[in-house]
Amino acid sequence: MDLAFVFMVLMGISVLAYVLLDGFDLGVGMLMPAATDDEQSFMVSSIGPFWDANETWLVLGIGILLSAFPLAHGIVLSALYLPVVAMLIGLMFRGVAFELRIKAHGWHRELWNWLFWAGSFLASFAQGLMLGRYLTGFGDGFGYWLFAVLVGASLCGGYVLLGATWLILKTEGDLQRKAEAWARWGLLWVALGVALVSLATPLVSETVRDKWFDFPRTLGLMLLPAATFAAGLWLWRATGRVRSGGGDWQPFAGAVAIFTLSFIGLAYSIYPYVVIDRLTIWEAAAHPSALKALFIGAAIVGPFIAAYTVLSYRIFRGKATAKLYD
Amino acid sequence: MEEALFLARVQFGLNIAFHILFPTLTIALGWFLLAFRIAYHRTRDPAWLATYRLWVKVFALSFAMGIVSGVVMSFQFGTNWPGFMNSVGAIAGPLLAYEVLTAFFLEATFLGVMLFGMNRVPDWLHITATALVATGTTVSAFWILALNSWMHTPTGHVLEAGQWIAGSWWDVIFNPSFPYRLTHMLIASGLTASFVVAGLSAWRLLRARTDNGARQTLRAGLVAAAGLIPVQILVGDLHGLNTLEHQPAKIAAMEAIWHTERGAPLVLFAIPNEKLRRNDYSIELAYGASFILKHDPRAELKGLDAFAPDHPPVAPVFFAFRIMVGVGVLMLVVSWVGTWATRKRKVPPRWMLWVLAAFTFSGWVATLAGWIVTEVGRQPWVVQGLLRTSQAVGDVSPAALGASLTGYILTYIALFLAYMVVLTHLAGKGADKQPGAESTLAAAKAAY
Repeated sequence: MDLAFVFMVLMGISVLAYVLLDGFDLGVGMLMPAATDDEQSFMVSSIGPFWDANETWLVLGIGILLSAFPLAHGIVLSALYLPVVAMLIGLMFRGVAFELRIKAHGWHRELWNWLFWAGSFLASFAQGLMLGRYLTGFGDGFGYWLFAVLVGASLCGGYVLLGATWLILKTEGDLQRKAEAWARWGLLWVALGVALVSLATPLVSETVRDKWFDFPRTLGLMLLPAATFAAGLWLWRATGRVRSGGGDWQPFAGAVAIFTLSFIGLAYSIYPYVVIDRLTIWEAAAHPSALKALFIGAAIVGPFIAAYTVLSYRIFRGKATAKLYD
Repeated sequence: MEEALFLARVQFGLNIAFHILFPTLTIALGWFLLAFRIAYHRTRDPAWLATYRLWVKVFALSFAMGIVSGVVMSFQFGTNWPGFMNSVGAIAGPLLAYEVLTAFFLEATFLGVMLFGMNRVPDWLHITATALVATGTTVSAFWILALNSWMHTPTGHVLEAGQWIAGSWWDVIFNPSFPYRLTHMLIASGLTASFVVAGLSAWRLLRARTDNGARQTLRAGLVAAAGLIPVQILVGDLHGLNTLEHQPAKIAAMEAIWHTERGAPLVLFAIPNEKLRRNDYSIELAYGASFILKHDPRAELKGLDAFAPDHPPVAPVFFAFRIMVGVGVLMLVVSWVGTWATRKRKVPPRWMLWVLAAFTFSGWVATLAGWIVTEVGRQPWVVQGLLRTSQAVGDVSPAALGASLTGYILTYIALFLAYMVVLTHLAGKGADKQPGAESTLAAAKAAY
């Protein structure tokens, strides 16, 4: 069995799980200033039981990169040093602010609210920046950095979309109406971002260009943007249907579909590189003894993790309540 | 390069020192929570429910601090120590990944159920969730200490194509210092949590002497501490003997023994002089070190000279060791006197409550001192005998390092202050509203 390939898939799953799961709670964090005090309590309690575990997917993703692709880990994280630090500081502030704002009152609460927003925003933007830098193979020059900034902004929009659709699912009444509007704004932003990234990626990377314009495979590949576009359209319409009794889960499902399809597109563009144009997954892979040890652990524990994650989301299904500690 | 190495070490040391405070507390606090939860389940005494709800918040806050600083740690291996992963990644990587897989997801997921699910799930499931959180924190200690112990006393590894890989995972995990280090650390966590529980309860009693819940938790914390500390002293001694066998240079630094000698004295206090390689102003107890370490006053002890130049800096190891032991002895006295003073449902006098409150974070002081002893004591190695710290460092520029270090320091100071303010606030909250000696449901509700 090709363990390097297996771990690339596992790492992809962890990163996608992270982006989807922490994405919605980062998005809710970024939407905080747009809501009233009362609404903020509902927003916070809609993500309360989940955020710790959501962030763990990041640790798993980075853990797999570290242990299965140690060479890439060193290159990627050294090249992304400052954005990584910025992301970590953002994540620290928002994680702790989340706990502290529940226990604070008056201007203290205002301060933690602000830090929760700022931390969520900083972490999201830094992640987008990292993605942008990564996709271009850490190229230097104004154009490359501009691209990275654009990706950073798009990812913020994407997380806002995930957060807003999550709120449509978890709330009702006025807040849900607001979330519908947020979701549509987020969707427009994402559409712009996805289009931009799709146009720019082949321009900045020859590898990607060759892969995309390799007829006749290109025709099959066109299914991806087509499906993404369809998911976006469906999301837009589903958002409009919620107030007249349409499924409140549909917008979130649409957002998940958009992210998953974009992710598959990116993964296809980069494969088999783990550091674009420099290091393939086989070159970066750890010693087989390490991969084997990891694989055994992942194979045994993975199903349990999946099972109790599902259990936790089932326990906390339904609309969020204002008070977190019931 | 020197400068970058220094900054990278300061940054990592700072991060790990900040991080370790929180797991040290939460590992054992998880088990306290389980005990409080079960006590409530059995007695249905609202004071236990109030206690559980208070401490579950302390836990959640500490856990969040641990998670966010832990995420930083996981990135720093790659950002600052790529040489570590290139050389021993095939061993360190899987151990870290096992920690994530078997512990992090378990504790983080069931934390949600434990915190917010009390009215959503049946009692048995809530108790199970609490137990799984405690299990998760302990399992995480198992893996991380397996890795750390391996870095001190590596076994089971073989060299292949320039990197160290596991020849036998069993030998890697159950390396010679692992059982001692794991036990020592778990008990340290138990003591830290016990003193935090006792100290914050004392703080609450100072404001509301009749708070029944605080009286119960004060007693619980003190009894746990009083029982654990003699065990810790014994385990610490065994751990020291193990270190003498495997890392004699560390012991020589701990005891500030510069030259190999028979019947080495125990240096009670001194200012180690690294330049002249001797102790200034030393107060010694003849034959003491030989007696303690070899259990024979005439035995020969290897001095630092035997290992030069590959031995750790003496002063930090020497002083940190004395701080750890000193705080440990004080903890023994305080917990035993406190246990006596709280017998038969008594509430200790105010002065003693103040002492207990002052000792709230004594466990942190001792634990940090202990980690300085063991980690600085391993220098100049990052993996004893296999990899030097200077070989592990990456080539991040000093400017970038300076920027990140400044960012981390400011963040940690802000977070730590906020944590402390909220902790004391939580401990004192509602205490002045306590109606009387009997705990009533109204009292429990008033507090939250």
